[in-house]
Order: sequence, then structure tokens, then C-alpha cells
Amino acid sequence: MTILPGSVGTLSASDDIEHAIAPEPGRTALLKDMLFGQASTIFAFSVVVIFLLVAILAPWLAPYDPLAQSILSINKQPSWAHWLGTDQFGRDVLSRMIHGSRNSLLFGLISPALAAFFGTILGVTAGYFGGVIDRVISRVVDLLLAFPELLLAIMIAAVLGGAFWNIIAVITVAFVPGFARVARASTLAVKQEPYIEAAVAVGLRTPTIIIRHVIPNIAAPILVLMTLWVASAIRLEASLSFLGIGTRAPNPSWGNIIRDGLNNLFGSPWPIIAAGFAITCVVLSFNLMGDAVRDVLDPETTR
Amino acid sequence: MLYRLADAIPTIWLVLTLVFIAMRILPGDPAIAALGDGALPEQLAEFREKMGLNVPIWQQYFNFLIGTLTLDFGKSYMNGAPVLDLIARNLPYTIQLTVAAMILGTVIGIPFGVLAAVKRGKLPDSGMRIFSLVGYAVPDFYLGALFLIGFALNLRWFPINGAGSGFFDILHHLFLPALTLALVKAAFIGRLTRTSVLEVLGKDYVRTARAKGARENRVIYRHALRNALLPLATGMGLSLLATLSGSVAVELVFNRPGIGRLLIQSITERDYGVIQGGVVVFALMVVFVNLMMDLLYVVIDPRIRVK
Repeated sequence: MTILPGSVGTLSASDDIEHAIAPEPGRTALLKDMLFGQASTIFAFSVVVIFLLVAILAPWLAPYDPLAQSILSINKQPSWAHWLGTDQFGRDVLSRMIHGSRNSLLFGLISPALAAFFGTILGVTAGYFGGVIDRVISRVVDLLLAFPELLLAIMIAAVLGGAFWNIIAVITVAFVPGFARVARASTLAVKQEPYIEAAVAVGLRTPTIIIRHVIPNIAAPILVLMTLWVASAIRLEASLSFLGIGTRAPNPSWGNIIRDGLNNLFGSPWPIIAAGFAITCVVLSFNLMGDAVRDVLDPETTR
Repeated sequence: MLYRLADAIPTIWLVLTLVFIAMRILPGDPAIAALGDGALPEQLAEFREKMGLNVPIWQQYFNFLIGTLTLDFGKSYMNGAPVLDLIARNLPYTIQLTVAAMILGTVIGIPFGVLAAVKRGKLPDSGMRIFSLVGYAVPDFYLGALFLIGFALNLRWFPINGAGSGFFDILHHLFLPALTLALVKAAFIGRLTRTSVLEVLGKDYVRTARAKGARENRVIYRHALRNALLPLATGMGLSLLATLSGSVAVELVFNRPGIGRLLIQSITERDYGVIQGGVVVFALMVVFVNLMMDLLYVVIDPRIRVK
């Protein structure tokens, strides 16, 4: 917490200048402040809670069967019977949206968690052992990091095809390099600490050192990355489903609701408008939440 | 500089090897996948012969490497057309779109970012924050679909699909898809510009410039923005690649020809010949862009040349 030179007036680059001067509050207080201190975070928190509830309670909330087609009610405009209208197969758009939220939630939570797991293993291995292992892992990770996640996901999905676990695998692989890099860098830093040297001197076995002493000390940045990437995973699943290589029809996902909507532009624009709005809101909220979590767990990062 | 160029070669080799392995991991026989379960043994043999699948795997790998080097990406499994032709036909549209989005996004993003930095904490800054938050969250294909519904379908200002022919017709077709990608990009570039300019505005030489009595505009554009360019260039490289991957979905929304649509189409048709070619082309473009970015740093910041 140093006062930056030239921090008087508007010259400073630091967004956290108020924090730099104010005394540091405790962690729980900070958490409370981050979650409820700002209107935007309250908004984000509410959207996330609503989203979670909708996804969990989908079968009870949806007014219709999301797969039930009806020739009699094709392309209906929004009405009391169908709040968001119906699509070209006469399916209720609201029900499809509600069920589609489950996909977003599943992918949004499972992929970052899996990627964190594998990425940490790779990164810690590379960082702790160094040498040839490090060079090989780092090289591949650098290479994969050069690819935008979406492009990587498209390329892998192109090869694998789009069953549920394939999509999970695709998004996971797209995220692993990022985690591996963070885990490696953190491990390198932790390895310099005296307590690791002490653990080695005491004669602890390497796996024990890694599990007991390295991993707990690199957990924070990885957790931060995980929360930040929930939003990315949801977006990625939507994109892949939109492209027709994610969740397959007839199962609803926000991405493929937009895809179907695009094939039915002259019929009804409502599926597109509603599904896209839902994706935007949820991704925006998870982004804001991720930022808040980062500020709590990783206070040193400045935006 | 030469080192950077030489460094790209093992990268390309690694990429090609990964693509090859990925394509061969696939369960099932590509010949059966292409011709269907009912295909006769003779048909399968003929197909393998034609696609070069009847030689040992290491030889296939070797052929694949040599083929890529000589720009021979193999043939479509569906109709036997050379993949290179398909790519050559579609690539210009993708480049058009990416370049147009890049220019438009920079033109919108940089001034907005500078404005937000200069008016820090005031209305333009809040505007920038909201713009970038939404820009990070909104999927490009959704934005594109909204534009399509609003400006093409309802107002009829723009054509609904295709790429057009003739200079003005092409621009007319290009505008909405490019704007879609550009706005998402502008959110990113604007935010980045704001951060880099704020950082630079705190530096001594800016204070010196002000003390000398330089006019505020000159201080910002000559002294601050110029020095903010380096981190900006890094970000632009990243965002160029993001735009490239975004172009896949946007091409689909506006039904434009392009590499992205070609790849997606080949995935739907399970045309592994084209998939492999498309994936290789995208991979090479990523390597190429990264290389260009590295070289660009040297041009922008002469200090790097020493290394």
C-alpha cells in the first residue's frame, strides 16, 4: 500500500486509490462490502440467484413441455398463454428458455471446475519439477493459449462432434491452458518459499509436499480464475450451440434457440430476442460476480 | 527478428501434429463415416485409395505435412473437390469482414477510451464502463441477429444475406456484420485504451509536457496516446484473433460466405477432408497473426530490437 507518486488529483492510474488510503477492513467485512456495497453487484447477485433457481426448478416452473410440438400454434406472438410466443414447431419459447437454462448452468459450472483440476495438475507438475517436463508442457500451453477459446472450442468440436460430454470436454480443453499457466507461475513463486525448503529438508515425500504445501498456497488465484470463467463457459456453450456443434436439437439451449430463431426470422423474432437477452444478463452478472470475488480473494490485482 | 521467424516453424509443426493426431483419434473408419454403413467393400477400398488413407499411418502423417507445406489440403470427402479451392473461394470474405471490423472497432474504441480516461469519473467514463460490461457479455451472434431483425428485416436499410458484388454493394453487405464484430471489439479496445492512457497520464513526461505549456490535446494525442500504443498493440493482436473466431458465428447469422461458414458446414456434413483443411487454415492464421504481432512490436517500440 504505497502512495503512488503523482497520485494527487486525477493523475493516478489506480482505481483503488480510496482503498489505498482507507484502513484495511477484515475479510468478511470486505466480502460483505463487495457483494452488497455496489448497486451493480446487487443486481448481478440477484440475477445469478434467479438464474440458479430457474435452472434447478425448471421442470416445475415451465408452463409447457419444452419439446411438445403443436401444428395448431405455430409462430404465435407473445400472449398470456405463451408469454414469449411459440416457435416454428409450435413449441412454447418460455418453457424452452427455462429448460435451456439448465444446460448453461451445467456447462458453466462443470467445465471451469474440470479445467481447473487438470490445469492445476499440469501447471504444478511443470512448475514444481521444471526441466524437460516444464519445457514440453509450457510449449504446448503457450501454443494453445495463442488460440482464442472459441476458435479452439470450434476446432475441437469439429473433430469430436457434439454429445454432452464432448462439449464439456471441448470447453474444458479450451480452458485448461489458462489454468495451467496460472498454476505454473504460482507454483514457481511458492517453490521459492522457505516452508517448501523446510518441508524438503524434513524429508517429506514430494507428493505430500505438493498436496499439503503447494496446492493450498496457489488455490486463491485458481479459484478467482474459476469464477471469472463461469461466464466464459456459459458464453462458449451458447456460441457452440448456436453454431450447431453444441447442445443438439431438439433439446433446448439458449444458443440453439437463437439458431432455430434465425431459421424462422419471418415467423417470430421473440425466441432470438429473449434467449439472447438471457445470455447477456447471465454472462454480465457472472462477470460482475467474478470481479467481486477477485477483489476479495486477490486484493493485489488492480484493474 | 530472425529468431522470431525461426520460432514459428516448430510452432507450425506442433500445430499440424496436434491436428493430425486429433483427426486420427476419431473413433470409426473415415471411409465408413463418409460413405455410410451400407457401402460395399470395393467402394470403401476405392475411397481409401483416393483419399490416401490406405498407406501406413506414419506415411499419412508425412503426406499431410508435405501437403500442407505445398498448400495441398486434400480433397472434400463429399464431392472430391480440392479443399484448397474451397478455401481460396471463401477466405477473401472472411478477410474482408475481419479487416473491416478491425478498422471500425479501432475507430470507435480508441477515441471513446481516450475520452473516458480524460474525463475519468465523469459521464463518458461511466458510459465506457457500461459499454464495456455489456460488450463483454453480449454474444456477437445475438447482436448480429438483433441488427438483422432491426435494420435489414424491418427497416430494410441493408440486405439480409450474401456478400454482394461490386465495390459499393460489397460495402453495403459488409456493414452490418462488420459493425456487429466492431462494437464487441470497441468495448475491449476502449477499455484497454482507457487503462493504458490513464497509466501514461501519470508519467513524468506528461507532467513535463504540461509544464512546458503544451496544449491539452497535444499532450493527450502526442505524448500520452503514443506511449499507450504498446500495450494497446498487444491487446489488438488478441482482439484480432477474437474477431476472427467471432466471424464464424457472424458469417452464419448474415449467411455470408467465409471460412467460418465453410468449416461449420463441413462439420454438419461430417466432411472430414474439409474439416481438416479448415482447422489447419485457422491454426495457420493464428500462428501468422501472432508472428505479425511480434514483428509489429519491434516497429512500434525500437527498444525491443536490442534483444
